[in-house]
Amino acid sequence: MSQSAVAEIPLQPGQPRRFLMPETQTAMLFLLPSFLGFMIFMALPILASLALSFTNWQLISTPSFVGFQNYIKLFTVDPAFYTILRNTLFFAVEYLALNIAVSLTLAVWISSLKRGKAIFRVIFFLPTFTPTIAASVVWLLIFTPDGLADAVIRALGLGLPNFLLNPTWAMQAIILVTLWANVGYNVVMFNAALDLVPKHYLEAATIDGANAWQQFWRIRLPLISPTVFFATVMTAITSLQVFDEIFAMTRGGPGSATATLGFAIYQKGFTNFQMGYASALAWVMFVMIMALTILQFHMQRKWVHYDD
Amino acid sequence: MTTNPTSRHPHSVSADRKRILRRVGTFMSYAGISLVALLFLFPFFWMVSNAVRSNAEVMAVPVHILPEEYQWGTFVDAFVSLPFGTFLLNSIIVACGVTAIVVAVSCLSAYAFARLRFPGREGLLLTYLSTLMIPQVMLVIPLFLLVSKLGWINTYHGMILPVAFSSFGTFLLRQFILGIPKDLDEAAMMDGASRLRILVTVIVPLAMPAIGLLSLFTFIAQWKSFLWPLIATSGVEKATLPLGLTLFQTQQGTSWNYIMAGATISMLPGVILAIVMQRIIYKGISVGSGFGGR
Repeated sequence: MSQSAVAEIPLQPGQPRRFLMPETQTAMLFLLPSFLGFMIFMALPILASLALSFTNWQLISTPSFVGFQNYIKLFTVDPAFYTILRNTLFFAVEYLALNIAVSLTLAVWISSLKRGKAIFRVIFFLPTFTPTIAASVVWLLIFTPDGLADAVIRALGLGLPNFLLNPTWAMQAIILVTLWANVGYNVVMFNAALDLVPKHYLEAATIDGANAWQQFWRIRLPLISPTVFFATVMTAITSLQVFDEIFAMTRGGPGSATATLGFAIYQKGFTNFQMGYASALAWVMFVMIMALTILQFHMQRKWVHYDD
Repeated sequence: MTTNPTSRHPHSVSADRKRILRRVGTFMSYAGISLVALLFLFPFFWMVSNAVRSNAEVMAVPVHILPEEYQWGTFVDAFVSLPFGTFLLNSIIVACGVTAIVVAVSCLSAYAFARLRFPGREGLLLTYLSTLMIPQVMLVIPLFLLVSKLGWINTYHGMILPVAFSSFGTFLLRQFILGIPKDLDEAAMMDGASRLRILVTVIVPLAMPAIGLLSLFTFIAQWKSFLWPLIATSGVEKATLPLGLTLFQTQQGTSWNYIMAGATISMLPGVILAIVMQRIIYKGISVGSGFGGR
């Protein structure tokens, strides 16, 4: 479209051919702030990050080019790397599955109500508008040894250990907090999509004798599947980057039970000042995000229905 | 509800029964979701409930749901004994600063993409869109190096500028401007208005719903932001509220009641905005799901 757009403006005969039309000049002027910001704070850092990942830079020394050594070290020498990778994937998979299941359930539930939809939407949305660190600090108090969570576990006779002190359960606590803090966004989005499903589809299905369960799987879910797809992609992208909750609640511990990629990048870069190594980790994360997104776009043909 | 004696035959009884069952079902549905909602709200309650206790009572075993003694003075004490006022001010300056820049820059670029013709427009737009995929932690290391080279560590501009150029706003506003009739621009152009004047006097007022939504989401994202303030500052002088909450855990021992008071303060703007703007948020999110990006 744009290529032909320029040619559409007829040039007066005899008028000198100007490279920049007035409209182009205006456009350049209007785009200048965002373009400068984009170049300085986005494009340049990305290139720098890639370059850094091929160096051995500890901030005090001068950077030296080491080729793929950081990446080789990651995959072959560093014993922590596979733990971090496993933690990250474990978190992302469980969190994503729970987030979509819980947000869909709540959204369907809310959309079935005749009154008070807005109130429930706001309640489930409240945590998404509160700083994750503040939320994490509150949950840290809940999970503190002999705190509320321990009291509840004891009262119910569940026989579970303190979550944050236990390597197996610490990640479950992080997932619970992240779910509480973020599920509201998808609840509101799914609820909006469900409310847009034409009423007569459901009425027709009711006449045909479809029960609520069948109506959900056969009509409502396929109709909102583009929204579910979008939410799944966005939630997966953000879940691979989880950081705030881990920093505030466990700092990767106990041991390295909750050390994820996001946390490891911070730790390597800003605690150990291994900028090159941390940059290589960041590129591993980027590749994971790209791969997961491509995979999801590939799989969407199987389950996402677009209205044509 | 009243049973008519003349209609006392099996069919009507089952109809009555169905109606009763439906009522019971509705009641159960409301009771169930109210319970889930209360559980969801519980951490907020726990936060406030512990903010108004003495620190000894916060740590006391067994746990009490309600404070034995309400100490509302904690909120004042937290401001007096810890620099919460500074954190609050820093949070406000950074969040408002980023929001102002994002809105101004996005209006300009969105107008250019929606209304102006120039070579390479679609390509540039696509490049902008692709930046939404870049994870923040990837930029954080080089941005830290850039900001420290410039001597911007512990400055407001160091905290604001590197995060004030998101292409999300450009897309949101571009989509909205595309929906505004072009005739309005052309009429203004006939009157001899410049493009900038058209943007400011014609487009911006009409795009207010989208600009409001962008401002809201940008402000909240910055209010919540933790990683960049953590890296772009050192010490308490320029710390924002989320950062302040983590500083106290380590530096002062743990005065849980003060931390809970600080957490309450840091949550208030979001809670108020979420309640007041719920209609706009609901609409905005349902629109936002259409073209990708938060």
